[in-house]
Amino acid sequence: MELYEQTIHDLQGQLQARQVSSVEITTSFLNRIASTDPSINAFITVTKEQALADAAAADQRIATGDCAPLTGIPVALKDIFLTEGVRTTCASKMLDTFIAPYDATAWARMKSQGAVLLGKLNQDEFAMGSSCENSAFGPTRNPWNKEHIPGGSSGGSAAAIAAQQAVATLGTDTGGSIRQPASHCGCVGLKPTYGRVSRYGVIAYASSLDQVGPMTRDVTDAALLLEAIAGHDPKDSTSVDCPVPDYRAALKQGVKGLKIGLPKEYFIDGLDPDVQKAMDQAIAVYRQLGAEFVEVSLPHTNYAVATYYLIATAEASSNLARYEGVRFGHRAKESSGLIDLMMQSRSEGFGAEVKRRIMLGTYALSSGYYDAYYIKAQKVRTLIQRDFIDAFKSVDLLLTPVAPTPAFKIGEKTADPLQMYLSDIFTIPVNLAGICGISVPAGESYNGLPIGLQLLGRPFGEETILRAAFDFEQATDWHTKKATL
Amino acid sequence: MKFQPVIGLEVHVQLKTDSKIFCGCSTRFGAEPNLNTCPVCLALPGALPVLNQKVVEFAIMAGLATNCSISPTNIFARKNYFYPDLPKGYQISQFDLPICLTGHLDIAVGDQTKRIGITRIHMEEDAGKLVHGQDGGSGVDLNRAGTPLLEVVSEPDMRTADEAVAYLKKLYQIVTYLGICDGNMEEGSFRCDANISVMPVGSDTFGTRAEIKNVNSFKFVKAAIEYEIARQCELIEDGGTVVQETRLFDPNKGVTRSMRGKEEAHDYRYFPDPDLVPVVISDDWINRVKSDLPELPETKFNRFLTEYSLPEYDADVLTSSRPLADYFEQCAQACNNAKSAANWIMGELTRALNDNGIAVEESPVSPAQLAGLIKLIDGGTISGTIAKKVFEEIWKNGGEAAAIVEQQGLAQVSDTGAIEAAIDQIMAANMGQVEEYRGGKDKVFGFFVGQVMKAMKGKANPAVVNDLLKQKLAG
Repeated sequence: MELYEQTIHDLQGQLQARQVSSVEITTSFLNRIASTDPSINAFITVTKEQALADAAAADQRIATGDCAPLTGIPVALKDIFLTEGVRTTCASKMLDTFIAPYDATAWARMKSQGAVLLGKLNQDEFAMGSSCENSAFGPTRNPWNKEHIPGGSSGGSAAAIAAQQAVATLGTDTGGSIRQPASHCGCVGLKPTYGRVSRYGVIAYASSLDQVGPMTRDVTDAALLLEAIAGHDPKDSTSVDCPVPDYRAALKQGVKGLKIGLPKEYFIDGLDPDVQKAMDQAIAVYRQLGAEFVEVSLPHTNYAVATYYLIATAEASSNLARYEGVRFGHRAKESSGLIDLMMQSRSEGFGAEVKRRIMLGTYALSSGYYDAYYIKAQKVRTLIQRDFIDAFKSVDLLLTPVAPTPAFKIGEKTADPLQMYLSDIFTIPVNLAGICGISVPAGESYNGLPIGLQLLGRPFGEETILRAAFDFEQATDWHTKKATL
Repeated sequence: MKFQPVIGLEVHVQLKTDSKIFCGCSTRFGAEPNLNTCPVCLALPGALPVLNQKVVEFAIMAGLATNCSISPTNIFARKNYFYPDLPKGYQISQFDLPICLTGHLDIAVGDQTKRIGITRIHMEEDAGKLVHGQDGGSGVDLNRAGTPLLEVVSEPDMRTADEAVAYLKKLYQIVTYLGICDGNMEEGSFRCDANISVMPVGSDTFGTRAEIKNVNSFKFVKAAIEYEIARQCELIEDGGTVVQETRLFDPNKGVTRSMRGKEEAHDYRYFPDPDLVPVVISDDWINRVKSDLPELPETKFNRFLTEYSLPEYDADVLTSSRPLADYFEQCAQACNNAKSAANWIMGELTRALNDNGIAVEESPVSPAQLAGLIKLIDGGTISGTIAKKVFEEIWKNGGEAAAIVEQQGLAQVSDTGAIEAAIDQIMAANMGQVEEYRGGKDKVFGFFVGQVMKAMKGKANPAVVNDLLKQKLAG
């Protein structure tokens, strides 16, 4: 088996035993990127020289007997994470030439363990999108079928794993942006509880919804990577100060005796038959493993997408105000005065979807509309949170599809933003409620596209969903399937 | 027509914290442009605010000192607008849930006390500064961006420019007493927006108001308000109407000028800042702050009346600032003569400080040194005239009053023998004047006092000189 086909925990064992060097592993991935990325376009920036230098440094560190779980492991980050000295674009023309002057906390924690950065990954611009088509650097293609989207917004992060270009990646999830691409690309994607991982140094889309999470080849790696990045950060007021459990130890506790809820609002008539089939099979697997199922109701599910597009866009309209071409980022060449400079720079720097969401959000916050839109949306958000609190009174976790369909074709939904927005219907409520969720490979469509299964847990209930995901992974072989490029 | 002006003030108080409100950068004034900055106050992508707890504590202090109620839950809101000195494109402020609500301050209006309502006090961050260069270009200095401010909003309870100034001075005195503001108005640490309208006397409907922005001295506030009242009255009398607008005061010309009209008014699109969690203020916290509050001006004023038996005028002057009051108390306690200490501080010391542009905290004459001087006067060792010389000597070269008097032989002479000798000599040399005096010309007495004092080099005890002269001249 090639080095680039392996998991963090496989490679870590070999590094510790000095059977392989970080430079060899890193080289293997760099070569893989060079040969596959022209047709996938998962990377915006490849940091080849820095990666090899960091790998050499990691080898020296290992030689002294100091080997943390991520020492010498080559990873890649969604281009939304600030990486000191490395271009950080957020897939926008606005930040085309922006070199980050500091590290995001999540990445700083990985770096301190000796992780090696291979590069920065494509995404929807400012994380706004569900298909990775809204990028100033062109769409990323799904390694399982290049005519299809990889999902979004962390599409590059999922595609890079499916194309075996990185052993693990980080994504961000505001309305499904980790779980949906993980589902479409056949990898594991974990959205932690809001506040579990620091948002410091992560370019903000919607501050009350954004959360950083790992995207990996298997559940063990997701647990390992979450452990590395989770925990309180004094630089992020919304990061929660509660201890980080030993997630890998939790994996072995099994699913037997757990009560799993099936929210009836998530198993609807329009569900793709292949997705339905994958869910039925997964339920059967869990039954065999000793889990118990009950139907639950999340009555306000139907309002989630509308609520999300008011709250997320309202926050975004304000978060993106700092990009005005004065201090950094794209500046229009010709302008007549200050306000014109800002207007021209923003008109040129932002793509269509970003502009659409800024307009929506500005409108929702405007005087005379604020109560009807923003305040109303916040009230509905509370109702959606309560739906989950009520459900978790009787079950330990929830099982749902990640997306109503497998990955659609590139260009299929770009003309109809509403259709695009609805593809996140099963993931968005989770962000509104602030709870945790994981997507694990659980099937494939008639034409060979991966289908994911979503497990949802209580706030800070990552151990429960990880152990349930791990048991499923042990009982099935979906995670071992690989895209042929 | 007679008009009744209506005035409300919004005061920005810059808080004297070491670091900014949402990051660890220094708040020091006068650094190289953009030196006191970091990713947070530069609003770089990905940066997040973290609240400085000291700001909340200072706001609680201000609220307690102005009789406000303190909100148990505090939410920060974003005020969205584009301007180059506002790097995030929004200011973090408080909107519908400010930290302090419904307080008041009492001001003196003639012989009466008038209560001015305080609507609210909220916490917010300051913006940066635009620096307009000679070349027509403009620069942005973000050193001030993120400096903590309190905005104190009054009710429209003031009716004259003098009332407005009295309220402002009172507020200024309180925030400087509390030690939460350095009070440096030239550097913008205490600045004021005035809302002014006029209505016909007897009406109870306020007129349309104009807002005068950023006035930063008591003198300018008075001038700006008086100008604006006159302008509005004249406008209405001439058949015009006041428009709601923002105006700027030009201190050089003493006029206000339109800055932007209502049609350009912003929709700030306030909403709760999702990057910050609500600040919960417990009763415990409030009580702790309350017990640590320093003595406030009013309490100190009343104590000075009773404890030191000072006249109201003296107590008022001496409590006008905390350092001055502290100086007085140290001096009065050391010399045991409060009235004399008060006189010296309000007279000689204040004059010297003003002449040299020095704050009382930096006075070269310490309270103990001044007390030493007063003791010498009270003990009859030196006269008031000599004391002024000794004061000047201490001011210039330092040292203790007693030592200076000793070294320079300035102790006053009460020895009747020496004084008598001097009188005899002078009478002998001025027989003509002696005759005049004896002939009923009392005025000549002053001449003899002067001559004797001159002969004694100013050191003779004036009372003794007077007595002896009267005896001898009487013959």
